[in-house]
Amino acid sequence: MIEKKNARVSRGLIYLFLIIWAFIVLFPFYWMVLTSVKDTAAYNNEKIPEFITTAPTGENYVKAFTEVSLGRYFINTLIFTIVTTGLMMLVIVPAAFAFARLEFKGKGLLFALFLSLMMIPNELVIITNYVTIVNWGFQKGDLTYLGLILPSVTSVFYIYLLKENFEAIPDELYNAAKVDGTSDLKYLLKVMVPISQPTIVTIVILKVIECWNSYVWPRLITKEAKYFLVSNGIQAIRESGFGRQDIPAMMAAVVVVSVPLIVLFLVFRDKIMAGVSRGGTKG
Amino acid sequence: MKQKNNLKAWLYLLPAILFLGVFMVYPLVDVCFYSLEENYHSISQTYTGVGLGNFGHVLSDPFFIQALKNTLILVVITVPVSTGISLLIALGLSSVKALKKAFQTIYFLPYVTNTLAVGLVFMILFARTEYTDGLINALIQAMGYEMVDFINGPYWAKMLVTCLYTVWIVMPFKILILTSALASVNQDYYKAAKVDGASSGRIFRKITLPMISPTVFYLIITGFIGAFKAYSDEVALFGVNLNEAGMNTIVGYVYDMLYSDKGGYPGYAAAAALLLFAIVFTITYINLRFSKNKVQYM
Repeated sequence: MIEKKNARVSRGLIYLFLIIWAFIVLFPFYWMVLTSVKDTAAYNNEKIPEFITTAPTGENYVKAFTEVSLGRYFINTLIFTIVTTGLMMLVIVPAAFAFARLEFKGKGLLFALFLSLMMIPNELVIITNYVTIVNWGFQKGDLTYLGLILPSVTSVFYIYLLKENFEAIPDELYNAAKVDGTSDLKYLLKVMVPISQPTIVTIVILKVIECWNSYVWPRLITKEAKYFLVSNGIQAIRESGFGRQDIPAMMAAVVVVSVPLIVLFLVFRDKIMAGVSRGGTKG
Repeated sequence: MKQKNNLKAWLYLLPAILFLGVFMVYPLVDVCFYSLEENYHSISQTYTGVGLGNFGHVLSDPFFIQALKNTLILVVITVPVSTGISLLIALGLSSVKALKKAFQTIYFLPYVTNTLAVGLVFMILFARTEYTDGLINALIQAMGYEMVDFINGPYWAKMLVTCLYTVWIVMPFKILILTSALASVNQDYYKAAKVDGASSGRIFRKITLPMISPTVFYLIITGFIGAFKAYSDEVALFGVNLNEAGMNTIVGYVYDMLYSDKGGYPGYAAAAALLLFAIVFTITYINLRFSKNKVQYM
């Protein structure tokens, strides 16, 4: 009897603890949305911030898109994300196929070299990459897009992940296709890619998240504000835009930047969490 | 036939090899050269000599020392704290059924948020300006303590908010990994322990912890590496001029040396980046050696 009661008390305590952490995680999101709908004048008069607002306004969202080029940053980020992810798939799918299916001299050595590149931190190569991009003139005008995109279109890790996946596809399928006279390329596109679709989708989503949040490289490469991505756009708003005086408008921009990924996460929740636990980093 | 296949394989690999060659292998060699070329001038592309001058400069630069100190404090505090809390949460999650999925979804949210954007929310929560005390300071005052500006105030306050934000950001990954590690522990061990009447504390120490120790260890190593690379979180909280705020990190120092408006010293940047790599490499190596006897692999 006593034991049952103890179990109930400890269960209650566990839930309390879990709820407290959920609150800590969610509160900044609540505060960001709350602040973004507060009237600017009213906000500036709150010596002690209010927990709710009785007169929500959408005015800050209008300001976020009209007073700074948030829309432009959005489009830039969209272009950057789509092109980078697309190019990356074109690079890694054939490479993974070659490692998984084709026989050639030096395969083992080359694969070992690829794997060893996984240990190299970005900070070490970014210095020369910056110089390379500047020398090629890819940080001037519309070429900036190329400068933003090119260094991030390969990922050794995703080649590795995909190769493992391709290798799990039975040999019989490949041999049967060979007998039928199917070319390697056709086999890759018609059989391997569709079978590996779950992994490919996971890789695409993880890359999209990475692109959407990238900050360091865009900050190095984008000289003109019209090529900013959302991350450096947000930072510019904070440093020189309305961020200093108009906190609610800044929070509206923050909400706009955060929403796409949160929606993506809620839609692809299981895929994203499975993908991250297989190969995510950050942390 | 065999020959053709060889050529074809290299063709499939060509794009990857090209991109990796230009943007990873060549820079890796190049960064070593940069670090040794003294007084490199980026416009005329000339240098005065070859030696360890860049390393000497970086190591005697007070900004680098400050960045090193900040990074070390950050690593020493956030890695154990975030790993510990994550373990508690994962244990909690694995012992409940109702709402488990909802909790997991919520806990993962910081992973998919833009670090720069949400950092601004932490900034307004912790800042104290002439317009507003900010929420955290209002709470501090309500509890009868003295208010402090966590963003432009004393060093310890700035470090505290940096650590809090870092922990908040890195938790999702750790919770996710630990939860799946706990779920993969064979339930028969627990049943056997229950039959033997072992207490829950004993079960944790004798079964759970040894079984998940490789995962915990993996998280500590990746945590160390991640924390040593801290930079964006600090920018979000304190702005781009981290030296002025006294909150720069090693990675921040590398970038500051690269940005043309302030720096344009690739030699110093290269030296600092190599120092960072050496530190991370050494610590990972020590960790691996240390853990060899302590961690039980399944």
